[in-house]
Amino acid sequence: MKDHAGARLIKDMIFKCAVCLFAFISLLPLYLILYYITKNGIMVINWDFLFSLPRPIGESGGGVFNAIIGTVMLIILSCIMSIPCGIAAGIYLSENKKGKLSNTIRLCVIVLQGTPSIVIGIIAYLWVVAPLKTFSALSGGIALSIMMLPVIIKTTEETLKLIPYHLKEASLALGVPYHRTILKVILPSGISGILTGILLSVARITGETAPLLFTAFGNQFMNMNILKPIDSLPYRIFYYAMSPYPEWHSFAWGASFILVVLTLALNLFARGISVKWKIQF
Amino acid sequence: MENTVLKVENFCAFFGDNKILKEVNLSVSKNVVAALMGPSGCGKTTLIRCVNRMHELIPGTAISGKMTLVNEDIYTMQPIVLRRKVGMVFQKPNPFPTMSIYENVIAGYKLNGIRIPRGELDNIVEQSLKKAALWEEVKDTLHRKGTFLSGGQQQRLCIARALAMDPEILLLDEPTSALDPKSTSQIEELFVELKKNVTMLLVTHNIAQAARVSDFTAFIYLGELIEFGPTEKMFTVPKDKRTEEYLTGKFG
Amino acid sequence: MALTASGGFIVVLLFAVFATLLAAAVASIKEFGLFFFIGKTWDSSTETFGALPFLVGTLCTSFLALLISIPFSIAISIFLGEYFKEGAVSTFLRSAVEVLAGIPSVIYGLWGLFLLMPAVRLLETQIGAPPHGVGIFTSSLILAIMIIPFSASIGREVITLVPGDLKEAAYSLGATRFEVIKNIIIPYARSGIIAGILLALGRAIGETMAVTMLIGNSNFLPTGIFSPANTMASVIANEFAEATGITASSLIYIALVLFFVTTVVNIIGTYVIQKVSIESSKEVT
Repeated sequence: MKDHAGARLIKDMIFKCAVCLFAFISLLPLYLILYYITKNGIMVINWDFLFSLPRPIGESGGGVFNAIIGTVMLIILSCIMSIPCGIAAGIYLSENKKGKLSNTIRLCVIVLQGTPSIVIGIIAYLWVVAPLKTFSALSGGIALSIMMLPVIIKTTEETLKLIPYHLKEASLALGVPYHRTILKVILPSGISGILTGILLSVARITGETAPLLFTAFGNQFMNMNILKPIDSLPYRIFYYAMSPYPEWHSFAWGASFILVVLTLALNLFARGISVKWKIQF
Repeated sequence: MENTVLKVENFCAFFGDNKILKEVNLSVSKNVVAALMGPSGCGKTTLIRCVNRMHELIPGTAISGKMTLVNEDIYTMQPIVLRRKVGMVFQKPNPFPTMSIYENVIAGYKLNGIRIPRGELDNIVEQSLKKAALWEEVKDTLHRKGTFLSGGQQQRLCIARALAMDPEILLLDEPTSALDPKSTSQIEELFVELKKNVTMLLVTHNIAQAARVSDFTAFIYLGELIEFGPTEKMFTVPKDKRTEEYLTGKFG
Repeated sequence: MALTASGGFIVVLLFAVFATLLAAAVASIKEFGLFFFIGKTWDSSTETFGALPFLVGTLCTSFLALLISIPFSIAISIFLGEYFKEGAVSTFLRSAVEVLAGIPSVIYGLWGLFLLMPAVRLLETQIGAPPHGVGIFTSSLILAIMIIPFSASIGREVITLVPGDLKEAAYSLGATRFEVIKNIIIPYARSGIIAGILLALGRAIGETMAVTMLIGNSNFLPTGIFSPANTMASVIANEFAEATGITASSLIYIALVLFFVTTVVNIIGTYVIQKVSIESSKEVT
């Protein structure tokens, strides 16, 4: 029996170094992306950029105010449509752990979550844009709300599953009707997890562009009418990035900076809530 | 003594600031079964885990003192070399689930990257399984996964796996506490045969088991080695009052 | 009960999605049938539509991205799952990976357009390939970066699920840490790791924006790793807004295929992961 202990220990050390090396190399793109967004984005940000509208081709200057407002409107629209339904479905799943319908719903949630966003964009187009014969904020909101649903349902279910059964029992034993038990006892106990799920799904859709390409479509002007096309930060970034004008490229970096800050802030806020508001049992 | 396999001198073990083992002195000679007994938390498991330096895998641990395995200082050897010379059997049988019975027995060689010709490997597998009294039961199913065996068989497989490395000493950490009475007595019978081949250091919380199988017994209490001597003598005329109290069940 | 209705709504929604796609694609399905998948020409002027260029584009970019990303995501899984399970370094890497996962696709595309593309162009001039800068290679690179967080976090989870007593048994036999990882941990976690890779593949197949911006928008069958191309997702992104009639129907036919493929991959991946988690929770005694 030859003793290659020395060689094996060297292999052990080499492997560890390789793992650490590869792990940190994967962070390199992250660093580069954040660096360039900050570097190129910050110089463009000023009061004008944030609060004025885009100028037509040929004129310089302008801003992305309509895109910012558009993004906010789309978020509000999709939240209105997805939150009640998502939470309700999540409650259903946590109350009915077994059963054919529950399992089917869970399967559908998995499928919906994995559906490419561009396919959802087509659906919203076929359901809303085609009949109304116009691109609209509403169709964009519908597409985004379909994307938000799976995350909200899952996190609601997971959160509520953690709430001990005896809490519900205590309320029902006091004669409180079922729907009130849910609304006044169960939901408030799970509020931090549910809110976290909502915020994370909002963070996800804030940056989505594909579903908006043929629903909300984009709009050079300010628009608050949900039945008309509306601009959004991701769409504007796409539009400016693919254009041939250097000034517009720098605007794309600026808008990206805003978008990244917004997304990261939402994520951090979500984490913060999940820690601070967590109710211990 | 020339045939001392394990010598423990003034040995202390720490977990953070807690002194778990206090100046333990012990000598185990060749081809005996030495039992370590004592109430829960007394340090007996820590002691054997220091013999094959598994204790130091947990962060925040430290030791002082000396342990010698057949004239070599345990704490100056390379751990991976040391562990090949010391076999260990755990409380819960843990055959590797992704390997067959055959592969489990020679896992020590496979993991260490030691190349041995197939014929010799077959021989090692057969001998180890025979020593562990498992050969007859598995000789036709060597290439099935080890997890299909019963608890008692799995534990004997783990014993075979440890024996395959031809260790100087075999450490057993409460090897039968997770098994049913029938498997337990099968394995206890095995120990009597096994000690002809290898020295064994057995941790047990079962006083009767220590009485049944061991030649020497050590009583450990709150990290101190209270008494160590031939089993029969210790069980009939213990030297220390605390030993007597433990043996008569005054504290467990 | 309102709850049951909401739950049922989800099922109805999914079926409505599938039905809508099918109905809208039916014109194209009738026209081209299964030859759609081997047709090489995509030409709206002659109304001949074959999806082969996009199938090839999707397959090439996704698998190349997977290949590039695997060493990195496995390294991160092992790093976080075995070497650095807790502590400052662990938190740092975990947060960084989460941030990577959260960056919107269009921003990856923007960054790729202005930083990857010139670099790839330089590479192409060095090796004598046509200096497009965009194409299959560039989009595979950006895809690889984007999917690393997915397979990495799933891989990390299944690695932490490996029972401690198996690792102990291996150490007690004298194995080094590398040997324990190679012979015990990885085989045990193997199916979970593969499931993570499958889910990352599903992600890569459906990814749209970054790919659209970096693939060069060519409807011809790609001839090499540096040629411009289109994937199923990117051709839809590029052409759907102005498409009508049979063009639109054919694009929706592609969307249907995309939907089907990602669904199958995701279901398999999720199922395997659930199985692995259930098995390991049974092991806890």
